[in-house]
Amino acid sequence: MNRITQKLKFLADRKEKALVCFITAGFPTLKATIPLVKEIEKGGADIIELGMPFSDPLADGPVIQASSQLAIKNGITLDHVLDYVREIRKHSDIPIVLMGYLNPILHYGKERFFTDAVKSGVDGIILPEVPLEESDRFLSLTRKYHLADILLVSPATPSKRIQNIDKVSSGFLYCVSTTGVTGRSNIGDIESYVKRVKRSAKNNSVLVGFGIKTPADAYRIAQYADGVIIGSALIQRIARRDSTQKIADWVRRMKEAL
Amino acid sequence: MKSQKYSYNYPNKLGYFGNYGGRFVPETLMHALFELEEIYREAKRDSGFKKEFVAMLHTYAGRPTPLTFANRLSEHYGHGKIYLKREDLCHTGAHKINNTIGQILLAKRAGKKRIIAETGAGQHGVATATVAAKMGLPCVVYMGEEDIHRQELNVHRMKMLGAEVVPVTTGSRTLKDATSEAIRDWVTNVDNTFYIIGSVVGPHPYPMMVRDFQSVIGEETQKQIRVSENKYPSILLACVGGGSNAMGMFYPFIRQNIRMIGVEAAGCGLNTNKHAATLSKGRPGVLHGAFSYLLQDRNGQVELAHSISAGLDYPGVGPEHSALKDLGRVQYVSITDKQALEAAKLISRLEGIIPALESAHALAYLNMLIPRTSKKDIIVVNLSGRGDKDMMTYSTAFSVREKKK
Repeated sequence: MNRITQKLKFLADRKEKALVCFITAGFPTLKATIPLVKEIEKGGADIIELGMPFSDPLADGPVIQASSQLAIKNGITLDHVLDYVREIRKHSDIPIVLMGYLNPILHYGKERFFTDAVKSGVDGIILPEVPLEESDRFLSLTRKYHLADILLVSPATPSKRIQNIDKVSSGFLYCVSTTGVTGRSNIGDIESYVKRVKRSAKNNSVLVGFGIKTPADAYRIAQYADGVIIGSALIQRIARRDSTQKIADWVRRMKEAL
Repeated sequence: MKSQKYSYNYPNKLGYFGNYGGRFVPETLMHALFELEEIYREAKRDSGFKKEFVAMLHTYAGRPTPLTFANRLSEHYGHGKIYLKREDLCHTGAHKINNTIGQILLAKRAGKKRIIAETGAGQHGVATATVAAKMGLPCVVYMGEEDIHRQELNVHRMKMLGAEVVPVTTGSRTLKDATSEAIRDWVTNVDNTFYIIGSVVGPHPYPMMVRDFQSVIGEETQKQIRVSENKYPSILLACVGGGSNAMGMFYPFIRQNIRMIGVEAAGCGLNTNKHAATLSKGRPGVLHGAFSYLLQDRNGQVELAHSISAGLDYPGVGPEHSALKDLGRVQYVSITDKQALEAAKLISRLEGIIPALESAHALAYLNMLIPRTSKKDIIVVNLSGRGDKDMMTYSTAFSVREKKK
């Protein structure tokens, strides 16, 4: 069983909710990523989502855009990202998901990338600009290499389509909290939406992301979902150079709120 | 030449032109894209829509635009007959309005209450602000901060037309980033907002829709050249940034045995890293929702384009052009900043027409083309826009050169 599925099952058995923490690889420096992952894991993260920076991140708001831009300036490449994963794997079994845009992967070579990712210890992949209709050409590869292919649903997705997306998605279903890009404030009333997704998604756990900023947000959403994903709020803390200790404490508070 | 016919039936149902195109966008937009596709399909079947579109082109945009025989330019080169399709005479000064009229009518059909657009040189922004004003809809135009400085006149025009111009300060601060910001706005406000894309780029169905709306250029040319020459042209020439004026000219002729040449911007030269020759120097990749040729570095990050012409300064290109390149159906060449400036001056002096810098790239290629054509050749150049917006660039370039002499 894939590390992600295993972890989510373990949590579900204990009636716990999952906390996924996103950080941009190579931000704020190339050397910062591995210590950050260690601290975030210590803080209580269940799954690590590593962002592979791209020059034109369509689905991201200003915070993650800026972090990607700086990481690219630092010289980050997919080779670095895979090196980070190999390094993390030396001392940890935490599930690792890569999030990124298509072009750097196509440039690296699709098949070569998936092979190298699995060898490095990656468990799943999130491609926010690859909707169901375009996912075929990746599904055959991710299945071949036993990588979880985590697809997204949004409030604009009709229920029938959620069912279809759930059928091909694996690992978990990424439930985008609102229409919009990452890091927006004020998630509205999402109870009925998340419940609708839960009803339609029979195969996967439903984890909610985009705009979750506080332990109170996390608590509220965890009432209906199987877990939450935090990104921009975490990046903001890293950007203002909070100590790793402080960041770990904040992650702990998020986890405790669930 | 034999009248060989090409079969051509792109895009397919998933929005692919051969290997290129598709819909690489966040899930939130998929529903809107399906809806748009459906609305467009219905509109195409509806004779009322076609009537309204044509009426607006005729009574508002100033169509049909003339096909001008460039007698002095033809004499200058000494053989072959050169015609100019006068898109510079369209309302707002370029071909862009053909497409914005089509899309705003779709927005009305879809019941959307807010219009957004991206713009580089500002021509598409002006054309969108214009039709939004005409329809009484609020309009937001995203424009890179760099382009706002380069194209100040068009910023004033958009504002006077009542549009809000939002400066984009991320990335390269040009068209590429303005497009990303417009897409992010659309993802956020998808319920009430219609995104009017300015070229044959973006996710399906945009490349097809924009091509169809711009096809009026080629359709008129077919009729007009038959009247003056009683036959079809042998060569078509158009500049390619995203590629909408070229697609509009080429598409109605695509099944005919006619040579077609698309001219990209070589900027400071193809051997430098300052150019915008996506089809000549790029590699296939994904940007702004479509798989197409793309300028990118060795890590797959998108590279910055450069051209003296803000309208060609884009690292991507429409997916249909990528397909036409691979098919060998259209030949893609490139022209430097300097060559384009010279051509603009030549056409101004010989024909009394100051062309847009974009169109000057197409005109400049005549220098290379004409020595290899025959007397019988009839060449149509798409003069996609007028040069008013480029007067500062022209006068700076020419006054510097005068001083050097």
